[in-house]
Amino acid sequence: MTRRVRRIFFLFSSVALGWVFFLAYSSLAPFGYGESKYGDMVNAITVPERHITDAVTAVNFDIRGFDTLGEEFILFTSVIGVVLLMRRQKDEPAGDHEDQASGRVVPPASDAVRVISLLLIAPTVLFGVYVVTHGQVTPGGGFQGGVILSTAPLLLYLCADYTQFRRAVPRRLVEASEAFGAAAYILIGGACVALGGLFLQNLLPLGKNGTITAGGIVPFIDLGVGLEVSGGLSLALLAYLEELLEEKEQ
Amino acid sequence: MSYLPYGIAAWLFLVGLYGVISSRNLIHLVICLGVIQSSSYVLLLSIGYRAGRVAPIFVDIPANTPAVDPIVQALMLTDIVVEVTVVALLLSLAVQIHKRHGTLNPDRLTKVSG
Repeated sequence: MTRRVRRIFFLFSSVALGWVFFLAYSSLAPFGYGESKYGDMVNAITVPERHITDAVTAVNFDIRGFDTLGEEFILFTSVIGVVLLMRRQKDEPAGDHEDQASGRVVPPASDAVRVISLLLIAPTVLFGVYVVTHGQVTPGGGFQGGVILSTAPLLLYLCADYTQFRRAVPRRLVEASEAFGAAAYILIGGACVALGGLFLQNLLPLGKNGTITAGGIVPFIDLGVGLEVSGGLSLALLAYLEELLEEKEQ
Repeated sequence: MSYLPYGIAAWLFLVGLYGVISSRNLIHLVICLGVIQSSSYVLLLSIGYRAGRVAPIFVDIPANTPAVDPIVQALMLTDIVVEVTVVALLLSLAVQIHKRHGTLNPDRLTKVSG
């Protein structure tokens, strides 16, 4: 199919798709006037029954904790996919494609970039740990904090070089962090079963509202997810950087 | 009374889809897929919004304050996680394709692989 035919085809089908969108959206309530009994119910029970002041975390890690387990494993498997795809394969042609911008020298990082990223590393780690541990109090949690934590190695790469980066981010540690974080979620669920409850049933004491120990098992799940996400994203970053460097060496 | 956010969600979807079908570069194509996915964020958040209500964070307000729907916000959060990892996976596929075929242009790719 040529480019032109494809575009004409898209034009017609996008009109049809737009019409379907119009039909679907016009039966929704206007913006700001929808109703959801479930949403109101979650808002009503999250503080008195769960001691979690961030209703979004209550939904993700307590009320539908089992679904989030599946979502965490989407992340886990795609990181494994990235690592597998970036691994050098035996039958791979070695650098026979032409360099599209040969002779262009990559400028080294400027002093301003280096100083600022060096200064940002410690606050980034602190902020990441804060966001991971306070998911049940304020907006945040394992996913968000894990992403913030995984930017710290990236900042290190910006301010130093690849060898420093490798020294600070040992592959084994990152892999172990990802695997342990993913296992922790299942182990917490299994521990609830072992204690006589249901899988991921919130059996621990709920603690005081607005503290980092509030919410029973939720802070522990947050810690596990934080480890998994920060480890997983660092591992993906490591896979990409290794690939880049092997290309350069040839 | 407004339907504008729903319209924006539909527009983001269609404009991203146009980017995907007209793309000449696989990395551009992956980013366009990200645009399509962001239409689902706009849709989810606008479905959950309630006029005049606060965010569902009860740490410094009374627990019975009317708040917006937290469920769709939680769905959007996991949506973002999925998008990031899918983009990472697709980009590594693009790297592999460039290694094997020496091009990122999907049109030339069909000729190479036959």
